[in-house]
Amino acid sequence: MNFWNDPLRVAAEWLEGIFAGWGMDAVAAHVLVVFLGVLLLIIVLMALDVFLVWVERKVVARFQDRLGPNRLGPFGLIQPFADIIKLIIKEDTTPGDADKVVYNLAPILSMMSVLILWAVVPLAPVMLGTDLNVGALFIIAAGAIGTLSIIMAGWASNNKFAMIGGFRQVAVMVSFEIPMLTMLMIPVIFSGSMNMNVIIQAQDPVPFWVLSPLGALIFLIAAIAELGRAPFDLAEGESELVSGFNIEYSGMKFGMFYAGELLHAFTFGGFWAILFFGGYRFFGLEQVSPFLAILILIFKAMLGYWVIMWVKYTMMRIRIDQMLAFNWKFLTPLAFALLLVTALVNALLASAPAWFYTLSMILANLFTGWIALEIARSATRSERERIEGVKKPVEAHH
Amino acid sequence: MTAQQIIFLFVALFTLISAVMVVTTRNLVHAALWLVSTLFGVAVVYALLNANFIAVVQVVVYIGAIAILFIFAVMLTRRDMRDTGPQMNKNWWAGALVAALTFAGLVSLLQEWSGFSKTASDFPSGFDAMGLLGEALVSPDAYVLPFEVASVLLLAALVGAVYVAFNPRSGDSQK
Repeated sequence: MNFWNDPLRVAAEWLEGIFAGWGMDAVAAHVLVVFLGVLLLIIVLMALDVFLVWVERKVVARFQDRLGPNRLGPFGLIQPFADIIKLIIKEDTTPGDADKVVYNLAPILSMMSVLILWAVVPLAPVMLGTDLNVGALFIIAAGAIGTLSIIMAGWASNNKFAMIGGFRQVAVMVSFEIPMLTMLMIPVIFSGSMNMNVIIQAQDPVPFWVLSPLGALIFLIAAIAELGRAPFDLAEGESELVSGFNIEYSGMKFGMFYAGELLHAFTFGGFWAILFFGGYRFFGLEQVSPFLAILILIFKAMLGYWVIMWVKYTMMRIRIDQMLAFNWKFLTPLAFALLLVTALVNALLASAPAWFYTLSMILANLFTGWIALEIARSATRSERERIEGVKKPVEAHH
Repeated sequence: MTAQQIIFLFVALFTLISAVMVVTTRNLVHAALWLVSTLFGVAVVYALLNANFIAVVQVVVYIGAIAILFIFAVMLTRRDMRDTGPQMNKNWWAGALVAALTFAGLVSLLQEWSGFSKTASDFPSGFDAMGLLGEALVSPDAYVLPFEVASVLLLAALVGAVYVAFNPRSGDSQK
């Protein structure tokens, strides 16, 4: 076992050896090394987060036919550092009558709910973080803490716009948690485990997006809603709510929400990649070196993040009643139906040859999606006829 | 004392202090937030017991759903969201009595149990607690009946909620 094959374990054993040499208790040394590992992961993530600000600004500039930050350093790469210095030296304001403890706890919890997600991310075949056997549910649990942080921010700010924004955001998150949880069960059905690493390993010949394209799509939609990004950014609603739940936050406290959102988007890009696109797998390249596997995962996560940005900067915002109707009348029933169909096909064809299984899964997905769209179309048509009155058939031949 | 015992004592203390704060704080939203930290402490206790699934479900269900529902209920039913109420009502002694009796009953029951003072042994390697739990829930020899009864109860609650919220006059969501 050398450093290039299993860097984390080698480094951990080396450090534990050093600490033991200092006369430290073996258990204490182990705890300290694990703590240092977590610290390293957080530092890397926060450094990546700084870089994400630049990525986001550059990409949105491209979508809007602009150049984006281009003055500071090559390609404007130093811009995020200037932003951070500005955020840190800004005055830290607290609104009068705000609930100070809750107000200050909210941005911390918001950032925490994103960072905690990385505990279950398998970075490489040998770098697992926590090898939790309930990884898929853990994502939802972390999301619950994020929801809590937003309602705390909205309530503690003592501002009606913040409160309304918080309510809206929580409504979105609570609603879209259901299709998301349902879609998390689809990779679980295919792999037979909720462990993230087993899910990645199970995508050996066929990644799950091939088996369940509709599942991947619904997961992406639910993830975008969970992030509160356009078209589901009605909590932000600049024109009516100014900025939503984070309106009263200034300086780095606002920065925590903002950086948390960017990292959250990147993280969900990563989970999309892990659950449906094979995570760190890329035609056996991940076996060459763990560092290569991490690069593959980051590349795939960036690709997912790019799709999320693409949607954000192309779609318009929808109203809250449209959001609720879309989720409860269309997405949630569709997610349940897809889960039932997938489980049924999986059980019926458990012993069928692989090509037949794959083909049936794809067809079952397409069929479910087609039926759902047909039902939605006829429902919308009858709704329109009810409101506008039945259109008289137009004379076609003149 | 092992490291695990020290962690347990800290978590138990945190949970108990939060639980006391739930019933003593005057601000209702603060009470709900202290309830969240109590439930989180319980989730950590589950995690210490190697019950990963129950720990995560505790966070998903109790913090993600029930606590958020509590906060919403407090915020939507009070005229002022900073509403404060009296700490106790006149039944406080009955609540305290039930809590004390439950605690005493649990302690006396557990002392009868042979495993009370033993340290739990580790899982054998490859022990799939999740798989066993899943099979137990749908196996006719184990818990399929309670599981299905609970499902029917939840379904009845769901239908009841829809019925209560449904306004037959307007017919649909159109106001």
